[in-house]
Amino acid sequence: MSTTIERQWTTRLRKRATGKLPPEKALPDTQPAYVASWIYVFGVATIASFVMVILSGFILALRGPQWWHVSSVGHFVNSLHLWSVEILFFSMVIHLWGKFFMAAWRGGRTMTWMTGVVTFLVSIATAFTGYASQTNFDSQWITTQAKDGINATGAGSFFNVLNLGQMLMWHIVLLPLVAVLLTAVHVVLVRLKGVVPPFDDKTGAAK
Amino acid sequence: MAFLWSLASLISLEGKGHYIHWHFIYLSVANFIVILLMVLVFLAALFVPFPGRASRKESK
Ligand code: HEM
Repeated sequence: MSTTIERQWTTRLRKRATGKLPPEKALPDTQPAYVASWIYVFGVATIASFVMVILSGFILALRGPQWWHVSSVGHFVNSLHLWSVEILFFSMVIHLWGKFFMAAWRGGRTMTWMTGVVTFLVSIATAFTGYASQTNFDSQWITTQAKDGINATGAGSFFNVLNLGQMLMWHIVLLPLVAVLLTAVHVVLVRLKGVVPPFDDKTGAAK
Repeated sequence: MAFLWSLASLISLEGKGHYIHWHFIYLSVANFIVILLMVLVFLAALFVPFPGRASRKESK
């Protein structure tokens, strides 16, 4: 291959990406024996519920914010959206506890843990703007209560919880985008580093 | 469907909510139940054997 081709950014990027994360490592056939435990299922359960949240959110966005108040199908999709969020947080917290007690940040996995922490915080903000976008008495109560707390931090100058349009945009555009990107980085980092070995594994296998 | 309605009437959603207040800890009974369920599922995830685990060990 000529040197000009080797210096192309597409060539360099491909070589770097496939060198660090070859397909067999990105989508492996087998996992170390200790991964055969239910606790490892909760990361994927979190992804699965997140997919349901996004899909039901797409349907809600298609029909607009009046639909779920007046149609029984709309109400059903709204409930699907809420309950997927409940399962998302339920499994995310169990995933977090699991990773905390196995100190899964060991062996250069700091960024895996930290992207998890930030995804958790972003998910809370996303859920909050969702509660603020319900357009019912509940959202009215939540936002009028929250405004004082948020104004007291100074963030109220650019994040106005009483501005329904702004809350809806944060909820359906900005925050989901950040959450999806962070989740993708989180999972790629897990694949890059491999699953953290148990505490008593002195052999260093699978490190 | 009627069965589901009768389930819903097990819990009265009329009137004011139920809260647990213990020193500075203040949370609704509903949230408390969810936290208890999370702890239970966490413990189950640790102790319930994962299907196929034994056979996997033998083959190693
Ligand atoms: C949207 C939220 C999240 C998703 C979709 C997600 C997904 C995943 C998946 C699929 C895995 C690999 C399988 C597994 O071990 O369960 C994983 C690993 C991991 N997660 Fe998460 N996670 C999320 C949030 C979090 C949070 C909140 C934390 C902690 C603060 C966290 C910390 C970790 C760590 C440290 C690992 C690496 C485990 C290892 O290397 O063995 N994650 N995550």
